Amino acid sequence: MSHRLPQGGRLIDKTRTVSFTFNGQKMRGVAGDTLASALLAEDQMLVGRSFKYHRPRGIMASGAEEPNALVGLGRDARFEPNQRVTTTELFEGLEAQSQNHWPSLETDIGVVNNYLARFLPAGFYYKTFIHPRPFWKYVFEPIIRQSAGLGKAPKDRDADRYEHFYAHVDLLIIGGGIAGLQAALAAGKLGKRVLLIEQTAHWGGRAPVDGIELGGKSADAWIAATVAALGKMKNVTLRNRTMGAGVYDHGYALAYERVTDHAPMVDGPRHRLWRIRAARIITATGAIERPLSFAGNDIPGVMLASALRDYIVNYGVAAGKCIVIATNNDDGYRSALVAKEAGLEVAAVIDPRPAATGDLIEAARSAGIPIKQGMAIAEAQGGKRVTGVKICAQDSDGSTGEVIACDAVGMSGGWSPVVHLWSHCGGKLIWDAAQACFRPDPARPPLSHDGEGFVFAAGAADGHATAAAALASANAAVGAATGHAITTRLPKVAEAVMGDLAPIWIMPARANIQKRAKMWLDFQNDVKVSDVQLAAREGYESVEHTKRYTTLGMATDQGKLSNINGLAVLADALQAEIPAVGTTTFRPPYTPISMGAIAGEARGDIFQPLRRTPMFDWHVAQGADFEPVGQWRRPYCYPRVGEDRHAAVTREINATRGALGLLDASTLGKIIVKGPDAGRFMDMLYTNMMSTLKPGRCRYGLMCNENGFLMDDGVVARLDEDTFLVHTTTGGADHIHAHMEDWLQCEWWDFKVYTANVTERWAQVAVVGPKARKLLEKLGSDTDLSAEALPFMAWTDAKIGGFEARVFRISFSGELSFEIAVPASQGLEFWETLIEAGAEWNITPYGTEALHVMRAEKGFIMIGDETDGTVIPQDLGLDWAISKKKEDYLGKRAQARSFMDNPDRWKLVGLETLDGGVLPDGAYVIRAGRNANGQNNVQGRVTSTYYSPTLDRGIAMALIHNGPDRMGEVVNLTDGKGGQIKARICSTIFFDPEGEKQNV
Amino acid sequence: MLLLTCPYCGVSADETELSPGGEAHLKRFGPGSSDEDFEGYLFMRHNQKGVHFERWRHTYGCGKWFLAARCTASLEVFGTYSAQTPEPPKEIIEKIQAKRPDWSLT
Repeated sequence: MSHRLPQGGRLIDKTRTVSFTFNGQKMRGVAGDTLASALLAEDQMLVGRSFKYHRPRGIMASGAEEPNALVGLGRDARFEPNQRVTTTELFEGLEAQSQNHWPSLETDIGVVNNYLARFLPAGFYYKTFIHPRPFWKYVFEPIIRQSAGLGKAPKDRDADRYEHFYAHVDLLIIGGGIAGLQAALAAGKLGKRVLLIEQTAHWGGRAPVDGIELGGKSADAWIAATVAALGKMKNVTLRNRTMGAGVYDHGYALAYERVTDHAPMVDGPRHRLWRIRAARIITATGAIERPLSFAGNDIPGVMLASALRDYIVNYGVAAGKCIVIATNNDDGYRSALVAKEAGLEVAAVIDPRPAATGDLIEAARSAGIPIKQGMAIAEAQGGKRVTGVKICAQDSDGSTGEVIACDAVGMSGGWSPVVHLWSHCGGKLIWDAAQACFRPDPARPPLSHDGEGFVFAAGAADGHATAAAALASANAAVGAATGHAITTRLPKVAEAVMGDLAPIWIMPARANIQKRAKMWLDFQNDVKVSDVQLAAREGYESVEHTKRYTTLGMATDQGKLSNINGLAVLADALQAEIPAVGTTTFRPPYTPISMGAIAGEARGDIFQPLRRTPMFDWHVAQGADFEPVGQWRRPYCYPRVGEDRHAAVTREINATRGALGLLDASTLGKIIVKGPDAGRFMDMLYTNMMSTLKPGRCRYGLMCNENGFLMDDGVVARLDEDTFLVHTTTGGADHIHAHMEDWLQCEWWDFKVYTANVTERWAQVAVVGPKARKLLEKLGSDTDLSAEALPFMAWTDAKIGGFEARVFRISFSGELSFEIAVPASQGLEFWETLIEAGAEWNITPYGTEALHVMRAEKGFIMIGDETDGTVIPQDLGLDWAISKKKEDYLGKRAQARSFMDNPDRWKLVGLETLDGGVLPDGAYVIRAGRNANGQNNVQGRVTSTYYSPTLDRGIAMALIHNGPDRMGEVVNLTDGKGGQIKARICSTIFFDPEGEKQNV
Repeated sequence: MLLLTCPYCGVSADETELSPGGEAHLKRFGPGSSDEDFEGYLFMRHNQKGVHFERWRHTYGCGKWFLAARCTASLEVFGTYSAQTPEPPKEIIEKIQAKRPDWSLT
């Protein structure tokens, strides 16, 4: 049984107990524990169930690579699934629940899959759920979805706070082991801006656990002195609990800081995402021990030999009382020695190497530990915890052998450098046959903008197995990254001399299929040696395909333990070399990061900027029903008590057409185009002639892109000989301004023109309706606003009711209309003045829907309704606004292309339903017959459709094949419910075709 | 995330400050041009794997358009230069050829 030792534990304080619960059961750990060490101290060896077979799962590792021990942490708005107990620091009141079992962890019905495992091989889903076809949608998929996923998704809105940090450094060092610390020291002394990050709470990595002496002191003493020295350097920043999550193009990197996960009572953000731009990056990310593939290697109590050692040294926790170590390398003996020194019984070290020698092996022998050389584990025995191992010769089929009783097994299959961050941005790997691992190829690093490598590996991450080599590589990496000679001294290292490992990928070598079907590669997703071999037999040669077919390495641990073992098995099955098979792609993040950290502060009210007009607060006070228009919020309508949207819109239109309405048009884009060549430039931008426009006058214009398609429209006012004011659509201001700048800067840079987007400089109000002029006269104007002095499509500066204003006689409603711009700061006051003065005519503010209906009644087009990026002005009957005289304008050549120039196109017409009803949005105009897919043939579509209060019936505009030639024809339209509606093609202008109302 | 130096304001800008504008040095064909020329101008792009001349705008900075010579495979940036440049400047070509002797402007 696993238990707390009476002595030891360099990271814990036994005088301070910490209470927590696991599946509701009260448990106790001590300060400094991880949830993993505290669970083991309480003999909680069973901590979860595997994904596919629901096999019992125990703690396998001591760090970020843990595949098994995943729990849900917290509750309600602070619940988070799939958290690794090995990286969860214990705190008072922690609540953890195990996952993927029903009804309980001990008794799990899903384990039936385990007994059916023979029938659930790799690719089971693909093979089984193909037939009969209809079953997929109604039977298979719902059941699979029900049983998919490990943890449960949280239901409540996250109660915690998250934030982003930005950092710019010369050198980012990822990993705070001895190599990372040495690198930081060397770079710090060069005066470089250094950021050193470490994913755990502690500096120094594995060196203290491995009993290495540095500079004549314990590793702990050297680490403490080095961290203290770095702390004094102003140019060096140290952050623990901060994981290097990803390395991206040109030295961009993300780091994930878990700020208060270990101390939730502390105020502050929970996680912090560091967005780092580093000139150079050193990955000192260490190495991860590989499991050995023997039958039953997934039984709780079987764990990595290094993890077994970590729990003893760091936390004073033993995984068992009687230990067996299986190792193909010398490092595994360290775990045996540590266990022995801790007073545990070490029943055997099983080493498949026939005659390995070395310091550690001799030390184990001297300590009286039985060493079984040339031997292997034929199978681990036990159910919910391991009870013993059967051993056999490595070079055998494992059918016979003695059983050694034990309650914990440490396994070591060698070490794989953590090459993830090196690889994220294209760094290549080479196969190191001596150590049987992939390590970074310094000749093929990720390249930065200068064409030079920007990532350098150091320490165990660079494939260095000894502390001396790791420290030397740190200095070398800093030298290569900075181009400086490094004079920072390396500490003298006292460590064991180690021999070579034997690359053992399955044990014993000739294990039969029954054994291979119990050798786990991927512990979380239940992928075994037999599954990978089956995939190879079925023709999967690419490691990427095999991964997806078997799900090897696709669990939340992303194959940190399983990848190398899996591809070695695949290579063997394909009779290929391991480097020829290669690795799967390493993708960020290194370990999962929270969604909250990715979002940072960008949620709720600050998810994105909100643009408000100067009159926004007034609209809110009036209870306006808002709609988003880009980042603006505009009133859709102003419903009164008891009114729905429809009633409000109807009232607003009737009031405006009957007497007086008011629209907040401030969101309209306003761009100044100024300079001696402004007219020339405007002629290129617009399809019609703008250079001939006289100062004081306005002209409606169309803007096309170079493809000939209509992109924006609006009224242009000529302010003076050199200056135009361009009105764009609300959504168009920014991109039209960018469009102008593009052409000015990149094509016509000889034009003497500048542009300025002054949209927010002005508040703009449309005073609309038969009483519009009366209202302005009542307020008093220093300028004559009569039809003679200020005719339709003219503008003037004027002082109205004391406000300095610019008045445009333009109309988007067909009514007598003045659009009046005042400085934004006076917008609200001006609006309130108009509302007050207009009371005698029942002045009615109207929203965007009334605006839309009134423009449709007049047959005015709306960008985004009548246009969709494939419509040319000619399609909309706007030929009158296309200059025939101009040699060139943007889109002119495109509109001359054969199919644009062809009259045989969908063109804009009006539609009136025979029954007076309203057509559905986007309805299709149907043509006889069906297409190859069995769908209705279509000959057009509705672009705008409304109920017109003015006419008391439905009106619509539609693009219909040769529409203008088919006036009076009745066509069929889809009603969106499977039926059809009949409508008659008519003029687009439904109301006041002569324009008598606006020209007064 | 790419890092490009804006030749106008001198800022070494993150890609998030910039807007891409596609291939650079296109010759505009207007009214009167042949269908082939116009098609080439409007649609045909080199889509190079390797050295590529491209347009960028420092949108969330000085607002200026500029041009960059960049390898689309290795992402190496050979240089950035003014948008008011009809063809790749000599010094940029020399920089590219210094690193890639086999490359030539086609």
